Parts: sequence; structure tokens; C-alpha cells
Amino acid sequence: MNCNQEEFLICTIATLLESSQHVAVGMASPVPGSAALLAREETKGRIDGLRLSMIGGDANNPFTDGGRELFDCSGQGRFDTFFLGGVQIDGQANINLVGTGEYPAMERRFPGSFGSAYMYFVVPKVILFRPEHTRRVFVPEVDFISAPGTSEEGVYRPGGPHALVTELCLMIFDRKRKRFQLASVHPGHSVEEVLDNTGFEFDIPETVPETLGPTDHRLELLRTQISPKIAKTYPEFVARVFETAD
Amino acid sequence: MAIFTTLDDLAQEIKDGTLIVLPPDYSNVPIAAVFALIRRRVKGLHLLFAPIGGIAGDLLIGAGCVKTLEAAAITMGEAGLAPRFSEAVQTNSIKIKDSTCPAIHTALQASEKGVPFMPLRGLIGSDVLNNRPDWQVITDPFDENHGPIVLLPAIQPDIALIHTRLADREGNVWIGKRRELVTMAHAAKTTFVTVEEIQEENLLEDERTATGTLPDMYIGAIARAKKGCWPLGLAGHYVPDGKAITEYVEAAKTQAGFEEWLEAHSVPQ
Repeated sequence: MNCNQEEFLICTIATLLESSQHVAVGMASPVPGSAALLAREETKGRIDGLRLSMIGGDANNPFTDGGRELFDCSGQGRFDTFFLGGVQIDGQANINLVGTGEYPAMERRFPGSFGSAYMYFVVPKVILFRPEHTRRVFVPEVDFISAPGTSEEGVYRPGGPHALVTELCLMIFDRKRKRFQLASVHPGHSVEEVLDNTGFEFDIPETVPETLGPTDHRLELLRTQISPKIAKTYPEFVARVFETAD
Repeated sequence: MAIFTTLDDLAQEIKDGTLIVLPPDYSNVPIAAVFALIRRRVKGLHLLFAPIGGIAGDLLIGAGCVKTLEAAAITMGEAGLAPRFSEAVQTNSIKIKDSTCPAIHTALQASEKGVPFMPLRGLIGSDVLNNRPDWQVITDPFDENHGPIVLLPAIQPDIALIHTRLADREGNVWIGKRRELVTMAHAAKTTFVTVEEIQEENLLEDERTATGTLPDMYIGAIARAKKGCWPLGLAGHYVPDGKAITEYVEAAKTQAGFEEWLEAHSVPQ
């Protein structure tokens, strides 16, 4: 079955959630949200089935103690997986959600750091998701550190970056070495293309596999069961992505 | 007890230079009151979002009402970037105190408890922290490894400004599960509320509504405003007007377009 880019990325992220127990999804995250709903659907009925808590709208949102509850639960370690993005991301996995140019009167201002300056530290497995894979995004050094990829010894940090998913590839972050390693390249793209479009250095193993595409069953599940669920939080995303499928 | 007043009189009570806290876009944003503030040409507001802002912030910034802004982000959600906010920051015409969501919740909780500061995990090594001279890093006195931890001073807003579906004649206000409104109201010196409806029965006398009720002791003023969140939604009552929000974002890309949109939509009720 053919799938569009969003569907492919949703399924790629869902695969990364296979060992997760409780995924939290933040604001403005339709692709990660869809992936988490999909992974939950696939583990439904199992004692270790995935739990999911989403914010941004009332659907799929279990919280009843106000905006702080997501962060309080995160501080306690109730979630093992969260998603973050970035206007810029560098090779040390520092992320910038604030803007480009010199702070504060930046050349281009974006919304702001959201909860990243906290969540990146406390949630064990943070998946970075940024579809646009260009040197504009993946820079040698971010212009503003909303949240650092790694911390000095002594800083309380059970959490941090685990993987980076883009329109071209999947990378895994090695916290000890403070470097990304290319894990797989999506079908139709090449290692060369990833190198050409990445502004930071990263490790390339001798053989780089192709990222596995979604099975027909998974795509079917996504289109029939998951799209109406995510539409409750992200109606415009669903109208754009799923109506034009195939 | 809270006074019952009109929307424009309520706006008159919010003086220039006030520190106002507003809720995030998904939670009872008092846009009708924002329009009333713009009509009264309020100046020099210190605006705090608990913790993220959207069109309310963009409107007040575009109308020149804001001196400083503290938020974890200003976003128009699926409609894109907040145009007046972005331009104001890029041209340095407002002072921005960039924060992160839990820092704002925590600073409000400190005020709620009447303590001068609260600690928060994370932040160390970020430029968010590096640009906040009002925050301090100390050695955690309880940590045997003597690790660092950030202290945030309490934030006590002058006024929490919210919209809700229902109030009663005693000045109690129903907020349901919108508990961020409770934190805001507890932290602020007083809370001004716009409401869809006012009922005769006391909300605190029914166990089913009492737990979701903000009692009169926190409330300064109440004014009616039908569809008071428009173009945003009011949970359980009406949904956001996505088309109007998209039109706003398009129009507000220029100051002239913004003013035209405002002229057409901020008319008195």
C-alpha cells in the first residue's frame, strides 16, 4: 500500500514506542500524537499495553488538575517517553524553539520554549521529531538553547534525547559520546543526501539499513481507527493528511 | 463580595501598568474582556500567560497595550505563528521574559502558598535560565551530592482575568476541571471574571458543582459576556472558530491588516 510522508513518519515513530510504558504528548504534536495512539491501539488488551496522556485540547487528555499536572507527573517519573522538536537542533542534541539570530530581538521569532527546558531533563526517553531535514534546521550550534541535549555531572538528569526522526532518516543519540548516529535512511533517500543536508557531524555505521515502511495492516489501522481519534485534537492535520491518502 | 458590573466597566478597573495573568488558549480565555481592554486603550500592561498564550496575547501586543510579556510560548496552534507577537519581539518593541511552562506554574504555586520562591528541576544549561537574572541557581541543601537546583521567585499577578460559563449571585464561579484557573486565582491579588450566564442557585450548595467552583473570596468583579472566548472555544459549550482564527493570522501579518481586523471584530456588545 502506498503511504504519504506523514503516515510513514507516524509509523516510524510508533515503532520507536514499542518498549515504552507511558507516553506523554505535548502541544502542537499531531504526528507524535498519532504515533502514540497507533502504538497504544497495537498493544491494547496487554497488561503491559502502552498508556498515553496527551495535552492540547480535551480529547485524549486525562488530566484533571490543570496545566501543571503534566509537569508534576513528569517530575515524579510517571512518563517514560515524550516528544520535542526544534526550530534548530545541533549535533549535541541542543534544541532551540525560540528563534534564529541573536536573542532577544531575533531575526525570526518562533513561539517559545514551551515545557522543553524541563521535560528534556526529567522524561527518560525524549524523541526529537523535526520533519524538515535541512542545514537550516540541523545546525553546528543552535542560536538559543531552549533545552540542552546533555548536562554536566551532578545536574539532576534522568531524562534526555533518545532518537531524532526527520523526513530523511532516523538517528539515535549516544548520551555518553554526545553524538548522533545514523540508524536508518528512509526509502528513496540516501546517506549522501542526509550528509548534504545536515549541518552537524554525526556517526555513520558501515552499513546503514533502510527504514522499514509500514505494513498494510498498520496503515489500515492508522487510517480507519486512529485518524478519527487524532482528529479530535488536530482536525486540520487530519483533513490535510488522511483525506489525500493514496 | 465580588461586584457585578458591565464588561466595559470591568475593563476600566484594570489600570495601566497592571500585571495580568491570562489562561492558555484551551482554557477559558476572556477575549471579550481583551477587546474591552483594547477599546479602553489600556497601556503598559505586564502580561503573564499561565503558561502559554495565543490570540489574546497577539491582540494586546498588536494594539500596543503591552510593556512586558512573560510566557513559555505564544502560538496560534494549527493556524501558525502569532504575527504581532513575532514582529514585536523582532523589533524589540516589547520586553520578553522567556520562560518554560512548569516555571510559570511553579512561580504561581509559590504565590498560592505565600512562600517567596519554589525550586524547579531542569533548566540548568539552558538559555532560558541564562536570560533570567531574576532566577537563581543554588546548591541543593538536601542533596548529598551537592547538585545545583534552580529557585524561582513567586509571581503574584495583580489580576487574574478569566472567562467561565457560569457564576452565581453570591459571586462564586464555576470552572469545572480547568484547575489552572484555580492556581491563577489563588496566586493573584484578585480575579476578574466574564461569564456566559449567572444563575440564582448557589454553586457551593450542590456537591456536584462545588468541587469545580472558585469561591467568591478570590473574585473581585464579574461581568456578562456572551461567547466571551470567541474566536477561541469554551470547553463543553462552544468550539474554537478555526476559520476566524486563520483569517486573523492572515490579516495580522501586517499592522494595517491587524487594525482592520480589530476594527471589524472588537465592536462593543
